[in-house]
Amino acid sequence: MKFTYETKKDTRSGFGAGMEYLSQNNPKVVALCADLIGSLKLEAFIKNSPERFFQTGIAEANMIGISAGLAIGGYIPFATTFANFGTGRVYDQIRQSVAYSGKNVKICCSHAGLTLGEDGATHQILEDIGLMKMLPGMVVINPCDYNQTKAATIAIAEYEGPVYLRFGRPVVPVFTPENQKFEIGKAIHLIEGTDVTILATGHLVWEAIQAAEILEEKGIKADVLNIHTIKPLDTAAILASISKTGCVVTAEEHQINGGLGDSVAQFLSQNRPTPQEFVGVNDSFGESGKPADLMKKYGLNAAAIVEKSIKAISRK
Amino acid sequence: MQTQELKNVASQVRRDILRQVHACQSGHPGGSLGCTDLLVGLYFNSMKLAQDANGNVVFNMSGANEDIFYLSNGHISPLLYSILARRGYFPVKELATFRQLNSRLQGHPTPHEHLEGIRIASGSLGQGLSVAIGTAQAKKLSKDSSTVYCLMGDGEQNEGQVWEAAMYAPHHQVDNLIAFIDENGQQIDGPTEKVMSNRDLEAKYKAFGWTVLRMDGNNMEEVVATLAHAKSLLGQGSPIMILMKTEMGAGVDFMMGSHKWHGVAPNDQQLADALAQLNETLGDY
Repeated sequence: MKFTYETKKDTRSGFGAGMEYLSQNNPKVVALCADLIGSLKLEAFIKNSPERFFQTGIAEANMIGISAGLAIGGYIPFATTFANFGTGRVYDQIRQSVAYSGKNVKICCSHAGLTLGEDGATHQILEDIGLMKMLPGMVVINPCDYNQTKAATIAIAEYEGPVYLRFGRPVVPVFTPENQKFEIGKAIHLIEGTDVTILATGHLVWEAIQAAEILEEKGIKADVLNIHTIKPLDTAAILASISKTGCVVTAEEHQINGGLGDSVAQFLSQNRPTPQEFVGVNDSFGESGKPADLMKKYGLNAAAIVEKSIKAISRK
Repeated sequence: MQTQELKNVASQVRRDILRQVHACQSGHPGGSLGCTDLLVGLYFNSMKLAQDANGNVVFNMSGANEDIFYLSNGHISPLLYSILARRGYFPVKELATFRQLNSRLQGHPTPHEHLEGIRIASGSLGQGLSVAIGTAQAKKLSKDSSTVYCLMGDGEQNEGQVWEAAMYAPHHQVDNLIAFIDENGQQIDGPTEKVMSNRDLEAKYKAFGWTVLRMDGNNMEEVVATLAHAKSLLGQGSPIMILMKTEMGAGVDFMMGSHKWHGVAPNDQQLADALAQLNETLGDY
């Protein structure tokens, strides 16, 4: 299958569109934001449902606690800010008041990863997937484009329990179907192949598709899966793919330590030891720069996936 | 309930606290004893709690159309557990499992073990006021006129999140909330004034936009009267803060006036000496 796109949009706008839908279709959904309404694209939600929006100011810890309290009162809070401030900064609040307390809070964060760009490493969190997936009961989702982020936003409102939804700042190709149904924990098989499995999440899914096309020119057939849900991991889909290919590359805009690849390795080492290569940030912080330049410098693009795929195949 | 009856309940609750902590040789008796009169006043007099047709309390997580209490300083869990059990949320004999393996009565309160009456995990300090504010706002959104209460410690005021919440509640006119600070003047490393002075909490909360009241938290008449007064001030645009002077270890002479009993369990002789000062009014478990 050939993937194409007509427009590029930011995934955070997909979140905003999902929230606009929820403002009209789910009266239990409330939104909170820590002084970043424009960045999170919440304008439409606030316009439609001003009484269901809570401005917390630049006070993320309080926002998480208030979200837990709103959840106890029967609402479905979507707590929103940048990924750095919505996870690492408030880890204990999420751990105690949300995860351990079992509250139906959706932590929805934009500007995850290197593609935040010029603001630099202070804001470019690359540990958030790891932090969130370690919490018992926490669902972790990293959708790949505008349409999928919108669908995921709508889907998590229907799911009872804590969720971390991670998305980003830059415009990226919109290549998944409009109005798709999003199934939490169900990987999407994008490209059929038998030589190498590529498991990608978030912004790296499009890069994985590009990599598969480059590999095909070299006579290598990649089996590409969109792992939009890191936890719970779709181990059945991963196992089915690896049974065909016998090697795997994982790709994510995150530290290798603690990310999707880490979850995959943990599963495969116990169930089907398989040569694995990791596309991710290798134990370093990011820096200022244009998103595409950063992704190139840190080895998070199609070229890097191609290189790691060839290496993975050589280790079979 | 009449004041004398409330005092009788408080005496039994203090016995429960001491016996729980003694049995597992672990837990926090000092602050628990200090806040006993407040929680008895709340749960046995002031709070409107959901009940079945027979007048027994029933627990719903949402707390819709009933008053809700949050304990932010979760280490005084033996107090909360005794109050909940004596009020009828779970069997009193379950107090014997406090801090034991496989118990619902964890060291710090949690809804994780599905203990009736507990809605949030607390003990990692500074988080309860935010949760209380969120629930108060949920009540407003649902047109539910009941009240949310929250107790914090004075040492807990060191936590930055408390001040985020303190700023938020008046800004959003969360006026269906009554919070308390247990001013026992002690924290783990010594007197609060020495470890990290709160200076003037009344001035601070007033400056943030709260209505501030004061009371002697170990005087049942004053507790009941102040709670009634605070309720009369609800719905006027401001959250209410009650600064409550208490004595750690209140009710047991040798535990008072010292920080020594913050997190120390009495031995057999000390338990006997303490229980001798507290009437068994409702029957020990």
